[in-house]
Amino acid sequence: MSARKNTAVAIASRQVLQPDGKLVDGAQPMEEEFLLEALRWMMKSRLYDHKVIALQRQGQFGVYSPGMGQEASIVGSAFAVDPARDWMVPQYRELMATVHHGLPLEVISSQYLGKIAPARIPDGVKVLPTQVAIAAQLPQATGLAWGLKLRGEDSVVIAYVGDGGSSEGDFHEGLNLAGVTKAPIVFFISNNQWAISTSRRVQSATRSFALRAAGYGFDGVEVDGNDVMAVYAATRAAVEKARAGGGPSIVEATTYRMSFHNTTDNPSRYQDPKEYEEATTRDPIERVQKYLASIGLWDPQKEAEWSDELREENERALKLAAEAQAPRPGDVFANVYEEAPPRVARQRSELVDGRRD
Amino acid sequence: MTQRNIVEAINSALVDEMEADQRVMVLGLDVGKLGGVFRTTSGLVEKFGAQRVVDTPLAEAGIVGASLGLAVAGMVPVAEIQFLGFTAQAFHQIGPQLGKFRQRSRGRYHCQVTIRAPFGGGIRSPEFHSDAVEVQFVQSPGIKIVMPSNPYDAKGLLIEAIRDPDPVLFCEPDRLYRAGRAEVPDGAYTVPFGKAALVREGGQVTLVAWSAAVELCLRAADLLAAEGISTAVLDLRTLVPLDVETLCSQVAKTGRCVVVHEAPLSAGFGAEISATLMEEVFYDLEAPVGRVGAFDVPFPAASLEDYYLPSVDRVVKAVKRTLES
Repeated sequence: MSARKNTAVAIASRQVLQPDGKLVDGAQPMEEEFLLEALRWMMKSRLYDHKVIALQRQGQFGVYSPGMGQEASIVGSAFAVDPARDWMVPQYRELMATVHHGLPLEVISSQYLGKIAPARIPDGVKVLPTQVAIAAQLPQATGLAWGLKLRGEDSVVIAYVGDGGSSEGDFHEGLNLAGVTKAPIVFFISNNQWAISTSRRVQSATRSFALRAAGYGFDGVEVDGNDVMAVYAATRAAVEKARAGGGPSIVEATTYRMSFHNTTDNPSRYQDPKEYEEATTRDPIERVQKYLASIGLWDPQKEAEWSDELREENERALKLAAEAQAPRPGDVFANVYEEAPPRVARQRSELVDGRRD
Repeated sequence: MTQRNIVEAINSALVDEMEADQRVMVLGLDVGKLGGVFRTTSGLVEKFGAQRVVDTPLAEAGIVGASLGLAVAGMVPVAEIQFLGFTAQAFHQIGPQLGKFRQRSRGRYHCQVTIRAPFGGGIRSPEFHSDAVEVQFVQSPGIKIVMPSNPYDAKGLLIEAIRDPDPVLFCEPDRLYRAGRAEVPDGAYTVPFGKAALVREGGQVTLVAWSAAVELCLRAADLLAAEGISTAVLDLRTLVPLDVETLCSQVAKTGRCVVVHEAPLSAGFGAEISATLMEEVFYDLEAPVGRVGAFDVPFPAASLEDYYLPSVDRVVKAVKRTLES
């Protein structure tokens, strides 16, 4: 493949599984059980996207950014960290990674329904809230990793950002500080070629976002972000290095946003359909299914069975989210201060009790 | 009892809290060996080591953002932004991030973070160093804003800030850092937020101020006293939370009030004070609430700052105006 010369799509320097479902010569495949589990999560992610986009179109779900096309990056990276001790700092397009990390699907779903208490990340789940102020999560993630190190914990942080986010000042400040403090962190750049309508081509003149790691004094790797085996291997290596005291890394997963930015977006205004068509030939899910079929572990019947089960799982979570406690007016004041200042307390009683003390 | 100036009082608060709580750490520009550009962190790195007293890269958003993450990890960061004017480079990490993190996480996380920042005019510092931008953070709910005016309050309020589970912006009046010593106890004590202090009694008019403007008001009150005008001075100490009760009861007593601040006049916190008094004690007022602020232009070159900042003369005139009406 030589996509780099004509499109923004860089060819990953690391690949295990080719788009045609064949292993790269001499590459070590993922263990079959593990790969099947990864496929299940990838399918779950895509089916969830389809379902909630449909719900959003009916006015039954909030504005949503799907992960379609990026499932290998989302799942491969999540598999590389340990939910029991590692922390995940998402942006907003990695929903199923946070679910793999222990955040119940009904909890994160309820956030998109505007729920308050039901959307609280449960205690013990090491996930930070989604971040819409692009790249603001990076200095925070660095501080978290640095703090865990100061506390003597055996934890690593994985922080997500995109190609667009890499242009933000917080990207620089967060990564530079991580280098200086040798924080145990992996910066996972989902380079999906788009920041809403802004192409990766005009996002930066760098030929690789992973290269930027050199400027911060640590390592960066580029990986085929549509190859779950390669994403897992590269992220896992970065996580192990961080855990061993080797400091931060960038993993740049080169992928493609096979959908819109979010449910308010219309890519037909800016996206070349040929580029999109080309991207579909590198679909991360089909690639794994082809490989598993080639070793006798996948067939259309299995696909139908799994899809039914996963749809049911997703719908169960969405039902729980829909039925969860609706927000009450007083929740406007919830979770702002440990103890509300008198003026805020008075405003609350004005709203809730309809009286001015 | 020990006599301390504000620099020494702040240093003493940091030492006491770092000794009492291993989680407390100090980070910022030049806070280590240099001891901070004003020496407020002098001696800390020698006492507590470079793991807990950290010279960071020059990156204000990075310092504040990292403090949020450090707090989630269980540390208690006290970050220094070298001058309040440079919070512009960290603005998005303060209001939108620190201030909203508890709400955005539906209460799962909170940010026990203190941001210390010297500010104010009168020391002939270069541009951006003097800006009084505290009111910008009043529109960032979730952040408490603390403005000590004297050594005793500086120590007690800083310890209160460090122990507060929510984020606090602690603004230090650099003009008064070494202006004088006062009794500041050894060992930890706290001054509660949201409790204004009547620092001078007076029957005819109340001057309302915070931070370095309190000292200005006290000088003005002395001059007015020589002319037979009895002026009270109320130090708000904290803008968020605001002590509405003391403010209103005090102004109701004198019936006349002038608010004095170093920030530009328009939409300054003086406007909030004035509006609050209108709502709460309108019928106790004998004259319109007066305001003295800096002018509505950017902070000028240091050579002009004495013309720009509220002066004793302007405060005295404002008080007399309010007595004439």
